[in-house]
Amino acid sequence: MNFFFEVTLNLLSGFGVTLLIFAATLVFALPLGLVLSFGSMSSFKPLKAVVKVFVWIIRGTPLMLQILVVYYGPALIFGWGFLERVVAVIVAFVINYACYFSEIYRGGIQSISKGQYEAGQVLGMTRSQIFFRVVLLQVIKRIVPPMSNEIITLVKDTSLARIIVVEEILKVAYDYTIKGTIWPLFYTAVYYLIFVGILTLLFGYIEKKLNYFRV
Amino acid sequence: MAFLEIENYTKRFGNTEVLKGISFTLEKGEVLAIIGSSGGGKTTLLRCLNFLEMPDTGVLRLNGETLFDAEQDRRASDADIREKRLHFGLVFQQFNLFPQYTVLRNITLAQTLLAKADYRAKCAECRAQLRAAPKDKRAALRAEQKRVLAQIRDGQKQRIEENALRLLERVGLTEKKNAYPFELSGGQQQRVAIARALALSPDILCFDEPTSALDPELTGEVLKVIKGLKSSDSTMIVVTHEMEFAKNVADHVIFMADGVIEEEGTPAEVFENPKSEKTAAFLRKSTEDLFD
Repeated sequence: MNFFFEVTLNLLSGFGVTLLIFAATLVFALPLGLVLSFGSMSSFKPLKAVVKVFVWIIRGTPLMLQILVVYYGPALIFGWGFLERVVAVIVAFVINYACYFSEIYRGGIQSISKGQYEAGQVLGMTRSQIFFRVVLLQVIKRIVPPMSNEIITLVKDTSLARIIVVEEILKVAYDYTIKGTIWPLFYTAVYYLIFVGILTLLFGYIEKKLNYFRV
Repeated sequence: MAFLEIENYTKRFGNTEVLKGISFTLEKGEVLAIIGSSGGGKTTLLRCLNFLEMPDTGVLRLNGETLFDAEQDRRASDADIREKRLHFGLVFQQFNLFPQYTVLRNITLAQTLLAKADYRAKCAECRAQLRAAPKDKRAALRAEQKRVLAQIRDGQKQRIEENALRLLERVGLTEKKNAYPFELSGGQQQRVAIARALALSPDILCFDEPTSALDPELTGEVLKVIKGLKSSDSTMIVVTHEMEFAKNVADHVIFMADGVIEEEGTPAEVFENPKSEKTAAFLRKSTEDLFD
């Protein structure tokens, strides 16, 4: 019982690191994704091309590889120092998820009919008024389902951080396995499930809140 | 001198010349109907009037003043274009109401945003005055400004809302003011869209096939509203496929084909006595279709 309690606490502190990676990724990747999506829709061709290639590279290579590159790359290529491990993980995650988010934003923004923009224009609204007052909420309503999918995937992707020995929950559990106890590894599922359950309820709530209008 | 004068509007998309030199005039309080088969440039003309498209050449004069001259204005700034647009209203075929706002909010939104910009300009003015005032008088001036600004703000809000309610009454939808667009029929949505366009009191209100997206039994209510506006002296340009409507409501009819004005005149002239063979063929076709 004592051991079970100890494992529970250790996993919990590991899950704290998991949550840190999760939250930091969201905080930075959500706005960065929006910036990237504007880039990928820009009428300035070179910018558009650069963003598209960047998104292709990031979505086309494993996140695990990206973590390794962010952590070891600066030191190996430029001879700089190493980033703090968890910082390196967060940087890699932010870049990776911003790219995925940008494609979701782009899909959402482009799905809004041209008529909405034109209605705003003939009513004398500025570009930013049209975006924030007319388009944005409709976009949010459209992207909540694909976003929730992506965000739930993020919860579990955090386990990739152990590739550079960040003490997230799965790494903590894996260390028990090496010492001969395997059940903590399976026990981690409970943490993930509870957290994802909470997120699912939250997204369901947001979807319901936005149900008062139809796009 | 005509209220609206369009001179030699042309517009080209790639290799297609959609408008090949359109000129016409419109008097204040008149209703102009533009008819013609699809692809004739009617909608493009309307979009050029609202600056959703920029004409390649041409001049637009409103009330004797040059509002737009393609020579200089093709590269006009967003702010300039926005200002010019406010002289025109546009009602779309697909209504394009804002789905997340109530009927009332749809009507008040644009006006509220404009009022806010005005208010902010006033605030900046007040701050400048305050800086220029002698130090000992500033406190009194600030209090006075606060009172005036608050009055303006409250007055604006009330005025905008009263205006919207009056317009809703005019299109017969007062009881729907708190409904969301998806709760309305197409005809009701279009009537809200008309009220929304009227809220900014445009000099000229344009309609782009306002009943084409509606079930036949709903077109009547929308046409009735448009007809009602005529009696209140609104100047309107209506692109329409409703020949009966054009015949009965318009003061002036333009028949467009292949990017030019093929024929124009009073409804009697155009409908009863078309001079051009193309017009006659089009009118024959559209009445034949009725009996198919």
